[in-house]
Amino acid sequence: MLAEILQTLPQVLVDGLALGAIYAVIALGYTMVYGILELINFAHGEIFMTGAFIGVAMLILMTGLGWLAAMPAILALILVLVVTSILTGFMGVGIERMAYRPLRNSPKLITLISAIGVSFLLQDLVRFITEYKRGNYILTGPSMFNEQFAIKFSSISSSFSDAFFKTSTLILIISVVIMMVGLDFFVNKTKWGMAMRAVAQDRETASLMSINVNKVISLTFFIGSALGGATGVLFAVQYGTIDPYIGFILGLKAFTAAVLGGIGNIRGAMAGGIMLGLLEMFAAANLQLLTGGIFGAEYKDVFAFAILIIVLIFKPEGLFGKAVTEKV
Amino acid sequence: MHKLTNKLKGNKLAQIILLVLYVLVTSLSLYLAQASVTAFLLLLFSLLLLYYTELPDRLKWVIAGVVLIGVIPFVSSTGPGYQSYMEVATVVGIYVAMALGLNIVVGLAGLLDLGFVAFFAIGAYTYGIFATGQAANFMPFGDFPLSGESFWIFILIGCFVAALFGVLLGIPVLRVKGDYLAIVTLGFGEIIRIVFNNLDKPVNITNGAMGLASVKPPEIFGYQFVYPNQFYFIVLAILLFVILAVRRFEYSKIGRSWKAVRENEIAAQSMGIHLVRTKLLAFAIGASFSGMMGVVFAAKQTFVDPTSFTLLESITILVMVILGGMGSVPGVILGAAVITILNLQVLTEVTNYLNQLSLNGVISFPEALAPAKMQRFIFGAILIVFAIYRPQGLIPAKNPVFDEESLKEGSKKHRKDQITVEPDKGFQA
Repeated sequence: MLAEILQTLPQVLVDGLALGAIYAVIALGYTMVYGILELINFAHGEIFMTGAFIGVAMLILMTGLGWLAAMPAILALILVLVVTSILTGFMGVGIERMAYRPLRNSPKLITLISAIGVSFLLQDLVRFITEYKRGNYILTGPSMFNEQFAIKFSSISSSFSDAFFKTSTLILIISVVIMMVGLDFFVNKTKWGMAMRAVAQDRETASLMSINVNKVISLTFFIGSALGGATGVLFAVQYGTIDPYIGFILGLKAFTAAVLGGIGNIRGAMAGGIMLGLLEMFAAANLQLLTGGIFGAEYKDVFAFAILIIVLIFKPEGLFGKAVTEKV
Repeated sequence: MHKLTNKLKGNKLAQIILLVLYVLVTSLSLYLAQASVTAFLLLLFSLLLLYYTELPDRLKWVIAGVVLIGVIPFVSSTGPGYQSYMEVATVVGIYVAMALGLNIVVGLAGLLDLGFVAFFAIGAYTYGIFATGQAANFMPFGDFPLSGESFWIFILIGCFVAALFGVLLGIPVLRVKGDYLAIVTLGFGEIIRIVFNNLDKPVNITNGAMGLASVKPPEIFGYQFVYPNQFYFIVLAILLFVILAVRRFEYSKIGRSWKAVRENEIAAQSMGIHLVRTKLLAFAIGASFSGMMGVVFAAKQTFVDPTSFTLLESITILVMVILGGMGSVPGVILGAAVITILNLQVLTEVTNYLNQLSLNGVISFPEALAPAKMQRFIFGAILIVFAIYRPQGLIPAKNPVFDEESLKEGSKKHRKDQITVEPDKGFQA
């Protein structure tokens, strides 16, 4: 059994890393908003999904105009990424302005309900527009970056088999690393980042220090949503087919990642995302083997939720978070 | 208009006459025009009017009983639409009971449960497995399927099994605060669905995605319940029990502890409320209503499969509670009725009408826009609008207010006269 697991391990690692990178970036959006507003932004998964749809729509449009063939593919992708992230960024700001800001002083339960409402509304809005334009809400983008590469793990030791990956996987991982490093720099080294951390720590005191709290919250939503939207495009390029309902479960898992890393902790969210991606891929590949065929790969979602529940019960502050005691 | 309502206020006789007139007119129109969905809906609307009259509570119950047991089944019985009307009424009843269950968890105890449909699924599968040949796959003894007469016991069993799962879910929940709870319950709902979807191996318990077909209909003394008009009365009986139970709970010590926990956990704890027990009770009781209706649902549909228990269903029940008013029993009943009728009748009718128009070439109407498919959009919009503009719902919850002086005097007769009601301030802040 061990030999079989080792055999597939390299491929599991590569796939898990790709999936984990996606989780990590979306988890950032959850963790940033939670850090500042103490709100689970249910709509974040839908922003990711909308990003994927905007990106694919742009790619299809550019193919139709012949631009995609005329310019280098990587340039086209960068263009799509930038435009999509700006659009979804403003979408996030709009959602905050319309659905969350009026409720900032209401009980948490009400804000959470509003967030669920936004999430459902967006799902159907995207479904409606796509179905109206294309006749079908499942969308397949133009295939890009499909060249296969192999990493020769078998040359290291014969107990491994080779791992294969596509160019898009490489692009995905590189872009995610750039986004994460950029965000980390922004939050820790710039003035606006300092303002964000201050608001997260104590909103009222921050406003006394002449920080415009509303502006900082808007900025947080903009950055989180822009990153989420860009990840959506990368997801669509990597996995090909998208539908309006991908955002919810994926968002839920990304939230799991954020909790795993300690909610409110940006580096924790990155680590949690990668970890969850690896674990999930490992479970999908080996659950059947490990349990003697009782549980198959279809239980991988259950596996992710089980991790969430276990973490919340035994270590609610997450792996890298600090425990908080509630004050009266 | 104001003059009219002012005149009516306090004049009980006029209210009764108007109400009876209304019921008579709508029943007559339904009796004569059987195909008219509008007449049926207007007749149901009479119950809401009844709620707003100032009659004594006991009289209200009697009138509601007469309308529900006598008038509605009778006047709709002569036409071709009978079974479909009864089907709608039955489904409304099922959802009302579930929404009342969720109301205890969300509205009274303030615990946001996003996987509530899981308990419904558990109830449905409890009966479904034993009332089909499925149980023979893993039960070493016994003769399956069980006969339809076991249905009545299974209502209780479904209730207990769902309550048990409510407690099982509740135990981890106790360590999880507020918004994490929403996520955990959401995960739980998905887990239950995935497990039911895949539990056809290694031992075939739920028959996986194929579902359980030909569930035995309920039976008593050789009389079989097959049609919606028969199930209507079963649902009505259970619903009566549920409403009575909820009302009793709400104004009992438990109900007050739920509200205290909702408002402030720490303060409630320091007042001597056992947090663990209170929350677990909320989960168990809420779940048990859902489990009972799950059993009825399985028997009514005669078919159970995992697609009936998706996240959308959980959110639908949540929308009912939010729309009607968290913590308010009449509100939640209204919310459940409105949403179910919207789902079953109004959306499909409007879609048919629009399709008809576009067939005749009056307007060009894209299929994608069909209102029957726009549930998520509508529910999402309802959630946002109500959260922002009317968090207390259509009929806000009311708390009895006791007069302090008369309580001190301890005169029971005096006290009874002094009870007035004022709006529940819980969700208005």
